[in-house]
Amino acid sequence: MKHIVIIGNGISGVTLARFIRKKSEAKISIISSEANYFFSRTALMYVFMGHMKFEHTQPYENDFWEKNNIDLIHKTVTQVFPKEKSIVIEGNTVMKFDKLVIATGSKSNKFGWPGQDLKGVTGLYHKQDLENLEQWASTTQRAVIVGGGLIGIELAEMLRARNIEVTFLVREKSFWDGVLPFGESQMINRHILEHHIDLRLETSLKEIISDENGNAKAIITDKDETIECQIVGLTAGVSPNVDFLKESGIELGRGVKVNRFLETNHKDIYAIGDCAEQNEAIGERRAIEAVWYTGRMMGETLAQTLTGTPTEYKPGHWFNSAKFLDIEYQTYGWVWAKPKENETQFYWEHKDGKKAIRIAFDKTTRQFIGLNTFGIRMRHAFFDKVLSESKTVDYVIDHLAEANFDPEFYNSYKKEIQKEFTNQCVGLKTESI
Amino acid sequence: MSKSVKNISVASHENSTLDGLQKTGIAIGLLGLFIMALALLNVEFPNKEIWLTISIVSIFSGIILYANRTYLNSPEGIKNNHVWTSNLTHKGTIAWMVGLILTSFYVVLYWFPQYLGLNENGGTNTGIVGFFDPLSLILNGKPASQWFVYGTLYTIAILGLGYKFILKYRHNKYQLVRTISVMFFQLGFAFLIPEILEKLNPEKAYFAKDLKNMWPLNYYFFDEWHLKNMLDGGNLGLFMLIFGVALIFIISPILTYFYGKRWYCSWVCGCGGLAETAGDSFRHLSDNSVKAWKIERWMIHLVLVFSFVSTIAVIFTFLSNNPGMSFITKDQFVWGIVIFLGIFTSALYFFKRKEMDIDAVYTMLTLVAIMVLALLMNYFSGNQNIFFMDSYKMREWYGFAIGAAFSGVIGVGFYPIMGNRVWCRFGCPMAAVLGLQQRLFSKFRITTNGGQCISCGNCSTYCEMGIDVRAYAQKGENIVRSSCVGCGICAAVCPRGVLKLENDTPAGRINANEILLGNDVDLMDLINQK
Repeated sequence: MKHIVIIGNGISGVTLARFIRKKSEAKISIISSEANYFFSRTALMYVFMGHMKFEHTQPYENDFWEKNNIDLIHKTVTQVFPKEKSIVIEGNTVMKFDKLVIATGSKSNKFGWPGQDLKGVTGLYHKQDLENLEQWASTTQRAVIVGGGLIGIELAEMLRARNIEVTFLVREKSFWDGVLPFGESQMINRHILEHHIDLRLETSLKEIISDENGNAKAIITDKDETIECQIVGLTAGVSPNVDFLKESGIELGRGVKVNRFLETNHKDIYAIGDCAEQNEAIGERRAIEAVWYTGRMMGETLAQTLTGTPTEYKPGHWFNSAKFLDIEYQTYGWVWAKPKENETQFYWEHKDGKKAIRIAFDKTTRQFIGLNTFGIRMRHAFFDKVLSESKTVDYVIDHLAEANFDPEFYNSYKKEIQKEFTNQCVGLKTESI
Repeated sequence: MSKSVKNISVASHENSTLDGLQKTGIAIGLLGLFIMALALLNVEFPNKEIWLTISIVSIFSGIILYANRTYLNSPEGIKNNHVWTSNLTHKGTIAWMVGLILTSFYVVLYWFPQYLGLNENGGTNTGIVGFFDPLSLILNGKPASQWFVYGTLYTIAILGLGYKFILKYRHNKYQLVRTISVMFFQLGFAFLIPEILEKLNPEKAYFAKDLKNMWPLNYYFFDEWHLKNMLDGGNLGLFMLIFGVALIFIISPILTYFYGKRWYCSWVCGCGGLAETAGDSFRHLSDNSVKAWKIERWMIHLVLVFSFVSTIAVIFTFLSNNPGMSFITKDQFVWGIVIFLGIFTSALYFFKRKEMDIDAVYTMLTLVAIMVLALLMNYFSGNQNIFFMDSYKMREWYGFAIGAAFSGVIGVGFYPIMGNRVWCRFGCPMAAVLGLQQRLFSKFRITTNGGQCISCGNCSTYCEMGIDVRAYAQKGENIVRSSCVGCGICAAVCPRGVLKLENDTPAGRINANEILLGNDVDLMDLINQK
């Protein structure tokens, strides 16, 4: 019987195992040093805030794995020998495999800041990060978070839930402005302040200072301001967790290099999820996508390959979502922070400053390119179809009611949006409509 | 205040404390309850009217002050902070104390009302029942009974804590409308209207005047005394009888077809109303393990069968004992039931068997066969005791075990320990009937938003009915479950906007295929070929 070994029990590795099991009786082992059972790491913040207990983040009951004959090994993999088709697990146990899948995810970026390894300094990615935060939180008056992105704002929300003062250092001119266009980014800036988070734009970290016990006690910004704090959150992005493969002969870039079949330079060794780096980027996508949904898709795709149906990784239309404190965000298709040459963007913002949509479309053909939506839920199926069928922006504007996914009785902003669209974009109409 | 580390377990919350205004709110509310507690302990108040008013007003003001301070202080949005660490909402000492007090109160209420001060021999009430006499006299013209006290407290709880619920979910219009609806039905239909109707018909014997409380939840609807009192109750009684029957067989199936059982369970029903308002703080305690689900399916259907059987029995007895009062004879009744069961189950079997689990089909067919057989044997043997049992003994046991012990003592008393929908999940025969209708003939479902689920688990954690919503959402499957009461909290707590309660065409409502959008279309086809 084939032995498929998966390193990492995150969404990619676990999805892979589940889909293999649907089609095959192969022996499956999942190795992870992080946690006994699969959990949703995107939900760690809710555990800290007391919305859920840790076990609630585990989507499957503990006997699921035994029932499905999936072996879980709670250990660290130290080495991989591709030629011998074996791996070494801590304590020098050697394990043979027929197929190996690397799904080790990410680790938080550290850019060599002085003091970045002190006690009280952490990222927010692993279960261990949460345990550390928990230990430090009760003696913390102020925390400083470095890095203005999705994880940073989640960490800020978590700490505010425990009445800890938070200073949020964002290097850019506005929150997440590399991804969000100006309007949305400004809206989130305001919302951050509304939650009593001390947002410092265009400010970065220079140094973390230690007390006599090796704990962080303050930071110094690039403006030479010293801020006393007991926790420093480093949330300036993540990078692939592949250090243990450096000696293995598996080709690495920033992550594990894979082809479109998610295969590495060694036959029978694959990589999926956050740690996989595409040899050639797919469409407008980045070579490494540390996103929940792409991890899951890669798991499904590779499961087909490993059960006898070689399948290329061909993700469909881009989508993503997040929640900035109380404002939900969804995106479908591509909306760039700065519109590309051929693009025009339509933007509508509600007067309460908490709802907005932006639609990117082609200037000449008026083809719909993408949508950002804030505070209004939109239907994934609708936009997937619109993108597949290359519909125009006018079609989308006409069918906003169909696209809406808000609960019943919610106000519809359809008329308001349509009116604004006519104001902003009707002058742009071309013959192609 | 010491900041030393006392608890380093994942999720300790030493930094969360109440501020002065919140404490004041709690104090004022408790003061109101304290006055009632004194009355309970038989303290004789002079000017009961004034003290009763003070007590009720201070309970409301306390709740309003506390809720305003807690929720209006921060931006709108889901704030379940510290729910799993607070002593009250995570089965701590306070939760056990509240559970114990509530349970004891129910035990006394149902079985020892004399300890509440009820004078059953027509003399003057004392204790807390006496304390409520002034209000009862105003509303229904009679001194209070223990049920009047209970009804008033129940209404206060739904109104007060409904206000708190509204503030907590003020960004969510569905929750707002739904809560105003349960508050309205409790105050008007369950409390004021029945009391006032009682006052207008002082000479008539008692029958239930709560228009929305239908059989089988109202298990005594077809009892001999109740039928008699309705038949003797003039136009109002006849209206209640006809409306009650129409509600069961016509109005409720139609509404459930269009909106799912939520129109009743989380928009109208009093039990649901209390669960959604007073019970909201405990909704996450509902067990959502597979084991709990198995127990739930057995229990709720057994209760349904039991309630059905005992109802047939009491109607049969009524018809035997009162041939002059009824529209139909007992012969017609027996044959009517046999034909009804026959047609109903055959139709169900022919049109819907594919949508039911095979064990459910067998259980249903066996049960119906047994019932029909028993009815016919009874009929031909001329036995007066239908199903060979004394119908009143059976009804008595039903009333004791299900109507009192389950719905009251466990159903509400155990809120802080087992969650707020224990009764609805495991014991309510009405929920079972509506659930079957919802599962098999309804336009209602919860749809999932393509591939946006991150499996975080908020939906499953906050589902008061213990449904593992996430299991469906992460597969992209619609949620069609007979137990879902459509409270909409799963959609509210979802941080990615994945869930939506919808009424749409019945076609395509049950999609067993996994459709996670975002993936390549060919791959989805491949995955769906199971």
